[in-house]
Amino acid sequence: MPTKPGDDGNDRVDADERRSRLRESATFPRNVIAEIQRAAETGIYAIRGGGAKRSVPNFDDLLFLGASMSRYPLEGYREKCATDVTLGTRFASKPLHLKIPITIAGMSFGALSGAAKEALGRGASLAGTSTTTGDGGMTDEERGHSQLLVYQLLPSRYGMNPDDLRRADAIEVVVGQGAKPGGGGMLLGQKISERVAGMRDLPEGIDQRSACRHPDWTGPDDLKIKIQELREITNWEKPIFIKIGAARTYFDTALAVKAGADVIVLDGMQGGTAATQDVFIEHVGIPTLPALRQAVDALRELDMHRKVQLVVSGGIRSGADVAKALAMGADAVSIGAAAMIALGDNSPESEQAYNAIGSSAGYYDAWHEGRDPMGISTQDEALAARLDPVLGGRRLANYLNVLTLETQTLARANGKSHVHNLEPEDLVALTIEAAAMARVPLAGTDWIPGHSKF
Amino acid sequence: MSHTIDLATATTRELNSALQAASKVTPKQNWTVHNPGGGHTLAVGLDGDVDVTIDGHVGYYCAGMNQRANVTITGNAGPGVAENMMSGQVRIKGNASQYAGATAHGGLLVVEGSASSRCGISMKGVDIVVHGSIGHMSAFMAQSGRLVVCGDAGDALGDSIYEARIYVRGEVASLGADCVEQPLEQIHRDELAQLLTNAGAVGVDVGDFRRYGSARELYHFKVDNAHAY
Repeated sequence: MPTKPGDDGNDRVDADERRSRLRESATFPRNVIAEIQRAAETGIYAIRGGGAKRSVPNFDDLLFLGASMSRYPLEGYREKCATDVTLGTRFASKPLHLKIPITIAGMSFGALSGAAKEALGRGASLAGTSTTTGDGGMTDEERGHSQLLVYQLLPSRYGMNPDDLRRADAIEVVVGQGAKPGGGGMLLGQKISERVAGMRDLPEGIDQRSACRHPDWTGPDDLKIKIQELREITNWEKPIFIKIGAARTYFDTALAVKAGADVIVLDGMQGGTAATQDVFIEHVGIPTLPALRQAVDALRELDMHRKVQLVVSGGIRSGADVAKALAMGADAVSIGAAAMIALGDNSPESEQAYNAIGSSAGYYDAWHEGRDPMGISTQDEALAARLDPVLGGRRLANYLNVLTLETQTLARANGKSHVHNLEPEDLVALTIEAAAMARVPLAGTDWIPGHSKF
Repeated sequence: MSHTIDLATATTRELNSALQAASKVTPKQNWTVHNPGGGHTLAVGLDGDVDVTIDGHVGYYCAGMNQRANVTITGNAGPGVAENMMSGQVRIKGNASQYAGATAHGGLLVVEGSASSRCGISMKGVDIVVHGSIGHMSAFMAQSGRLVVCGDAGDALGDSIYEARIYVRGEVASLGADCVEQPLEQIHRDELAQLLTNAGAVGVDVGDFRRYGSARELYHFKVDNAHAY
């Protein structure tokens, strides 16, 4: 510890002592002041990666009841608790068979480095699940490294072509994303390398903003025909997913069913993005928890629950999150940011490298700048070389295995021989808000706000 | 070899299976489709050298994602004709609805009548020649390729255009953000003449056209362009 007056240590003590006599405004805290001054300096909105940072009701606000006198638990190790999922049983002749109820969400080559995409493919394949392309097309490398690959059809149609449609294992029509329902993607010049520009047919180094609406259809009636076209091109083999951002989820889910989806992918507002306006991320869309319940409501009402599979994403971190999502009625979950973190994103071991670019481990969200010291959200070859795709794949597979083991642990505790047997009746809520949104009773009561009288 | 298929009896699935298989066969086959009846997703996903004539009107996404095949529609075409075409040729003897040639990466799309709004939206390398006029918001976010219009163009032509080149012989109602008129140099006259010849647009004087393209002012985020964001 420094002892001499004027040393850093004493300055810190002075500053702490000073602040203890001062009061920070709740209306204008330091981060708000910083943003106003950043806006005044630059004249342009803040752009960042990641999902909503605000605190919203989430799966942590739910608990499992477990088993006791009235329910029998299953023995760990000895009694089977299955985790397999089949996606696309409605129309596709070749549905997707996953060993675990966790998939890797769409992230583009462009937003992510080639090494990161390879690591995702390797990890997902080891764990028996799928990865997803992104806005920018399919690379040969990711097709090669992913045993099961979902090919996204986005408004921009960058790199879209029928050969890649035919070599995909499923097709995901992206209508929206939880971080920005109603917004298109962004990829700023720093990340438009020669190869990325070539794949997207854009000039190198431009600040690219993707379209937010599909160029050749509007509304579910058109989309139904669009999906028919995709099926005709691919011989009715591929499961067709529709991905929606959490907005008017009850109606959007019903319309996605009407449009002919085999699978609906629902992304809540905690879901990440590679780059979008901060104001969009924080102020548009609803959290994963209420959106999931609304989607399941719509599927049940149409008698389509488990017939059209539901994959939910946005803030999934642990096996507890997975198990709670499944108990609420999802067929599987999808992870994006958590998979990046498993590869090393925001690792405290690299604090100095984050400091060098004006950030800090645990806070880094400037994914759009392409300066990621961990080599994940970058197109800089020297940075990307820091990520070992084989080791990264192993780390992701380990993480997926932990999520699965945790999910099984909770399912067995509730006496379930398949993770899909988890049900809303196994859940209670810790807060009134979560009880209302998830429509499960507040713990110790039979009260569901908005549903039953207190 | 000449083949016919009648959509009064055959299903869309049967049609597309037959045409997709035919596109893989050598020597090149020649198919005529009767009674299309405005049906959707006809002759999509063809992947090889085959001549297909559809005798009548078609609905949405006819010849979608075409590769190498040569498709002729004797009537009118619904929305999204030749969407995302990669190569080959699609020719419409009548008029085309919205989003003709949307996001197409290559090949030649010819509309002998007129095309509606958003013709060539997000085009990525295709050549489109329209003998008549085109509607509003055409060539929106057009990335590359050439759009030739022998008649007039509607409002907001080429809004947020990238590197595509647009040639219009008649009136342009208005230009979209970042789209400007550019000089018609000799190389442009040459490529225009070639495109008109390929599209069978005869008796049209290259010198009557004006060229439009990107001012490239919106390629990078700039405070001064905030009004355009």
